[in-house]
Amino acid sequence: MDSSDYSSLSFEPNVDELPPKSNYDFALDRRKFFKITGGGLIVVFVVKDLFAFSNQNPAEAVSSEPAGVESWIHIGEDETVSVFTGKVEVGQNIRTSLSQIVAEELMVPVMSIKMIMGDTDLVPYDAGTYGSLTTPQMGTQLRKASAAARQGLLDMAAKKWNTKATGLRTEKGMVLNVVTNEKISYGTLTKGQQLMFAISDNVQVIAAKDWQVAGKSLPKVDQRNFITGKHTYVSDMKLPGMLYGKVLRAPSYGAKLIDADLTQAKNMSGVIVVKDGDFIGVAAPDVKSATKALQSINAKWEEKNDHPSNANIFDYLVKNVSGDTGRRNSGTTNGDFERGLAAADIKHAATYNIHYIAHVPLEPRAAVAEWVNDKLTVWAGTQRPFGVQEELAGTFRLDKQRVRVMMPDTGSGYGGKHSGEAAIEAARLAKEAKKPVKLVWTREEEFVWAYFRPGGVIEVNAGVNKDGTISAWKFINYNSGGAGLKTQYRAANQQVAHVGSNSPLRQGSYRGLATTANVFARECHMEDLARLIKMDPLAFRIKNLEDERLITVLKSAAQNFGWNVSKAKDHGHGIACGFEKGGYVATCAEIKVNGDKEIKVVRITQAFECGAIINPHHLEHQVIGSIVQALGGALFEAVEFANGKIINAGLSSYRVPRFSDIPKIEIVLIDRKDLPSSGAGEAAIIGCAPAIRNAIMDATGKALNTLPMLPNGILA
Amino acid sequence: MVLNVNGIKREVTVDPDVALLTVLRDYLDLTGSKYGCGEGVCGACTVLINGNAERSCIIPVGNAANKEITTIEGLEKDGKLHAVQEAFLATDAFQCSYCASGMIMMATALLKRNNNPTEDSIIKAMNQNICRCGAHPYILKAIMLATKP
Repeated sequence: MDSSDYSSLSFEPNVDELPPKSNYDFALDRRKFFKITGGGLIVVFVVKDLFAFSNQNPAEAVSSEPAGVESWIHIGEDETVSVFTGKVEVGQNIRTSLSQIVAEELMVPVMSIKMIMGDTDLVPYDAGTYGSLTTPQMGTQLRKASAAARQGLLDMAAKKWNTKATGLRTEKGMVLNVVTNEKISYGTLTKGQQLMFAISDNVQVIAAKDWQVAGKSLPKVDQRNFITGKHTYVSDMKLPGMLYGKVLRAPSYGAKLIDADLTQAKNMSGVIVVKDGDFIGVAAPDVKSATKALQSINAKWEEKNDHPSNANIFDYLVKNVSGDTGRRNSGTTNGDFERGLAAADIKHAATYNIHYIAHVPLEPRAAVAEWVNDKLTVWAGTQRPFGVQEELAGTFRLDKQRVRVMMPDTGSGYGGKHSGEAAIEAARLAKEAKKPVKLVWTREEEFVWAYFRPGGVIEVNAGVNKDGTISAWKFINYNSGGAGLKTQYRAANQQVAHVGSNSPLRQGSYRGLATTANVFARECHMEDLARLIKMDPLAFRIKNLEDERLITVLKSAAQNFGWNVSKAKDHGHGIACGFEKGGYVATCAEIKVNGDKEIKVVRITQAFECGAIINPHHLEHQVIGSIVQALGGALFEAVEFANGKIINAGLSSYRVPRFSDIPKIEIVLIDRKDLPSSGAGEAAIIGCAPAIRNAIMDATGKALNTLPMLPNGILA
Repeated sequence: MVLNVNGIKREVTVDPDVALLTVLRDYLDLTGSKYGCGEGVCGACTVLINGNAERSCIIPVGNAANKEITTIEGLEKDGKLHAVQEAFLATDAFQCSYCASGMIMMATALLKRNNNPTEDSIIKAMNQNICRCGAHPYILKAIMLATKP
């Protein structure tokens, strides 16, 4: 095994982009499905265009095995509706919202739904839970599959009763004959059958305005398990005979292992020691023995000595361009920027800097691995079970069928758990030990050896006319990603580009990663342009916007905040807006400057719109959670590093938002029942930093153009 | 050594310098208390020792012997949730919920001392616990709800 390179692997070269669609061909095996589920009715959603339909029926019984299944639903004889999906629960509450969608269309009680998520042996391939895709893609599929299943059940009942399906209706898991008052439960109807329907994309679904179950604030489906400590996270698991693993880490990034004396560790009773390439790990019957064994290892490393630090990182990123511009949103040029700038009444250029930050999921990476007869089973806290399966198959040179990855609901991710380091490490140790091994990263390991939201530099140069029209707009982003790069404002002559840099730190996905940076730079710059032409920042934005959804959230946030209401002395108001992955957001912030120049965020009003709302309470959770998380990156979170080491690799030194940091938060949710539902995990994070920065500008005239803005809380 | 956990005396064979959290989780299978930071600053491992909220990740198990230890598993009595748990349930306060048991134990200790705290004093007490999902406003709401008779 060559284990030397996986920890330094840059997992996603284009940090904010999605991995390409896999060519994985999930062969649908009827016998396998029914072996898992027992008899009943199975409805599979088949990727559009991959399955040819012979007629216009939305649901069609099939005997052959279509490929390209993305999700499936089973209705069992015991009335349980099992939903099989590769999406995973990391706290965003999709276990609840997807259940609501299925319950709505299938007309069954939510309690009868069992979500089987992220188990590579049981669910169809899914690239991962990221990019706010669960609601628009998986939600839509399950909605259609459920609607088709309901239609199929009506047809079955009609046949049984020798009548027409149009005279029947469904309710609470039953088919009713309104004329004869006969009724039959779904389970009884499907009993003894092994029926499979494949469904097309054009099935009729219930309009959002008529929703009875979706659209309501149902509580988290298995909430009681979580508040009683009963839910088993991966880090809580224990298998018979299980050992606890630990891995020897390099003293700094890029260090090469020269030599290691393992004698002492190997002589410890019950301890397994593995050295394989640069990988050294131990496993022992308890954590203390594993730690002692690890500490006894005397390793010599050759360290690199040309590391940049967070003190010179912005200069470094601009000077070390990688030439990678990203696959999407890499840039655009319209008109003639130089001429547009020359013609402008007022010109303004500024540079915006973004520090690296860490996800800090409260549950660090954890995995339990077990080998049985050359089949590897790994439980891992990950947003990409199939990605981890591929990593494991590649690392151990196994056929993917021999690797099963399971993902019990995990202690959050925020884009930070796409990779399978702990899974690979646990699997390597378990292979040697011939026993199950659990490996839970320490907080320090999570800080140092996971990956970060990239740092970046954004240079903006713009020309504006006194009437509020933008005549020139140049926007160059170094290393902060391409999503949200293009301006939503009318601007006559544009030059926009994203350029990747050779990052000294391992970087990867993060909630709203690139859009957070791009919206920060853009909305700060818009603020300053408005001030230069003495125009109200809200009016300046609305004047240059075209997108009605954006204008609506902007007006709504401003109105609820009281944008035009006069403010107290030493207070400032700021506003910002943007959109990301189908979510539209506008944020107003009020800050207060205390006598000692300490800045306090007093209140935030945020309007948010993402189409038809599936669960208002859980949506509000996402929006508030995004604001709270945004506060950290906006005000004080930053990874400090030098000499290839992370300096603040602990929660006592890396500051995350706490209760006393939370301002008064007011959320305005706009429910567009006429529009498809979009994901909400990311867009709500983008408005906070620029709104606060603009409020500080309003109160003090100072432009804080580097994130985080106030690492010490005090205005310099 | 004998540990008195959730009203039950449990015999464990372990070095006294091992963290209480490790013993609760790995030896006694009480995994409701979580590891979050290992330095007593995130509160995920909070348990009650003689009624006070303590960070079990930095307390050597030897120091907890012969004391009354209560973990999240000990709050529920005969299938009936503790009033603080009921308030959290009614509020639907958490997202990933990894911080939940620490938050609930911390709030339980706080309300035991003072059953009618101001919001400011709740914030001050809860400031020692981290929630990364940003559920803070709901957590405060749940604790306020639990203060009401």
